[in-house]
Amino acid sequence: MMLHVENLQVYYGAIHALKGVSFHLDKGEVVALIGANGAGKSTVLKTISGLLRPREGSVTFEGQVLEEVPPQDIVRKGVIHVPEGRKIFPRMTVTENLEMGAYIHADRAAINRDMESVFERFPRLKERRNQLGGTLSGGEQQMLAIGRGLMAHPSLLLLDEPSMGLSPLLVEQIFDIIQDINEQGTSILLVEQNAQMALAIADRAYVLETGKIVMQGTGDDLLQDSSVIEAYLGGH
Amino acid sequence: MDKPISTSTHNKLRLERYIRTAIGIVISAFLFWRIYNVVVLQQHFGADTWVRFGLSGLILGGMYALIAIGYTLVYGIMFMINFAHGEVMMLGAFGGYFTFEILRFIPAPTTASPDLNFLNANPFLSVLLAFVVGITISATAGFYLEKIAYRPLRNAPRLILLITAIGASTILQNLAMLLFGPQRKNVVNPDVLDRAAGWVINVGGNDVLISYTGVFSLVLSTLLMIGLFILVQRTKLGRAMRAVAQDKNTAFLMGVDVNDVVSKTFIISGALAGAAGVMWSIHMGLVNHFTGFLPGIKAFTAAVMGGIGNIPGAMLGGILLGVIEAIGPAGMGIDFQLKDVIAFSILVLVLIVRPSGILGEKLSEEKL
Ligand SMILES: Nc1ncnc2c1ncn2[C@@H]1O[C@H](COP(=O)(O)OP(=O)(O)OP(=O)(O)O)[C@@H](O)[C@H]1O
Ligand SMILES: [Mg+2]
Repeated sequence: MMLHVENLQVYYGAIHALKGVSFHLDKGEVVALIGANGAGKSTVLKTISGLLRPREGSVTFEGQVLEEVPPQDIVRKGVIHVPEGRKIFPRMTVTENLEMGAYIHADRAAINRDMESVFERFPRLKERRNQLGGTLSGGEQQMLAIGRGLMAHPSLLLLDEPSMGLSPLLVEQIFDIIQDINEQGTSILLVEQNAQMALAIADRAYVLETGKIVMQGTGDDLLQDSSVIEAYLGGH
Repeated sequence: MDKPISTSTHNKLRLERYIRTAIGIVISAFLFWRIYNVVVLQQHFGADTWVRFGLSGLILGGMYALIAIGYTLVYGIMFMINFAHGEVMMLGAFGGYFTFEILRFIPAPTTASPDLNFLNANPFLSVLLAFVVGITISATAGFYLEKIAYRPLRNAPRLILLITAIGASTILQNLAMLLFGPQRKNVVNPDVLDRAAGWVINVGGNDVLISYTGVFSLVLSTLLMIGLFILVQRTKLGRAMRAVAQDKNTAFLMGVDVNDVVSKTFIISGALAGAAGVMWSIHMGLVNHFTGFLPGIKAFTAAVMGGIGNIPGAMLGGILLGVIEAIGPAGMGIDFQLKDVIAFSILVLVLIVRPSGILGEKLSEEKL
């Protein structure tokens, strides 16, 4: 088991956001976490990456307990969180944003090679390399956010709604890219509102509802499940 | 997500903008008329006086700029005004003063001049030492200021931080008074850097002295500003500082040790203020516990004027304020004692007419 989350209880002040969330992810998997607005999906990712601390429960990554580790050190263990809303540094250029992604690395030559491979994957970013992050379109920002995540050499990539606000064509593209990243050896925990797409590429998936996991199964199983279809796939 | 702005608030904002612009135009017109009257019509002062004023304004402005950068860096990263920053500068000024005092009492006799002391035997080394000592003291003060006073309040409301900063300022000032006594101390420079020594140029038939200490200060503050700019724009630490300023949580997700970056920001701010303090000692020649107070507030004004959070803005604001303050009283034909009033009038005006400063952008809601 690469990632093991056990009985997470997370609060925002008095708001009880996660009420005992447990799940796991094996090396090489794409695991999807789906659920409605406010279900607590982002909260799960923020707790894994250390931005939030659980009041109870544990996060174990490759045998190491994470919940006491500060976020900047969790990054160094290979857990990279691409946050909801892209969170590009608006007043840094595309290149500088990518450099920030490689912040934990020192080998200049390797960083330059990684940047070239990001540019190969996202040629659009290469054209815009000297443009400020804040002036990019939503799709370009998403590419930059994923590229910036890749610069860190993730072994586990936490993606929070990568398809949010993108045109159907771009959503297709982003999911292709996610699959490709996974095929090259990176495990992926994917949070999505676009359940259809997420379940289609996920090995396994969990359904989160108001802070609890209410269902789990393989991506295909959940795609067939009538209650999932009812609640998240627009019901037929 | 953006909150939709209702039409009535929208109209109110527009009205406000008109009022600001109107006030701005009225004041500019008045100032223009006044300055035109005094400078062009009355011709009270000759060209040499203006050159002299302008020069001393530039020199002072360079020091303001160095201090202002500290306000802006810290604001950018923590959204707080570090009102103890002037005191950090004062400690640096004392560092310079005491270095010279100590070196003056170390004998360094030669056969030609048996009474020679270290200060005059090695003037350049002495100045270098003064800067090393002053900068070290101020950088250390900045570091501990953040660590002891501000870090425990990282998640407290902004107002509490502000009050703490004012408290820290008072404590440092009184500590310096207790340690060094309240009287003003004359800073004795090496003889080659005598404050009355310099190049003399002729302007419109009159001599104008360009003092060595002034030129030295101006050149050094310019170099330090260039250095800071390179640090912020081109180095990994600079990128991390900008990342923390733009989005702290995302900086964490990149692996940035935010506490460490905040500490380093205070060290850099302190170092620049320390350099300004030593310049103050060398060029102005008087220090006491109160030395940091006015330059501190004026540098704050300069930072607001340039757009708080904006580094080139702080530099520009500092230089501008120094010059305005130096030529302002003569230009408007008012008493020279009123030069401090000019700085604070500018602060009030900027806050009314253009709160975002000259180079600043409107603060996003997310930041406020
Ligand atoms: N900073 C915060 N302060 C207080 N409550 C919060 C905060 N962030 C999230 N919450 C609450 O915690 C719950 C879970 O939020 P979370 O952002 O994890 O949901 P989500 O599943 O990611 O939703 P979405 O699909 O809209 O992104 C929600 O009820 C939300 O209102
Ligand atoms: Mg979310």
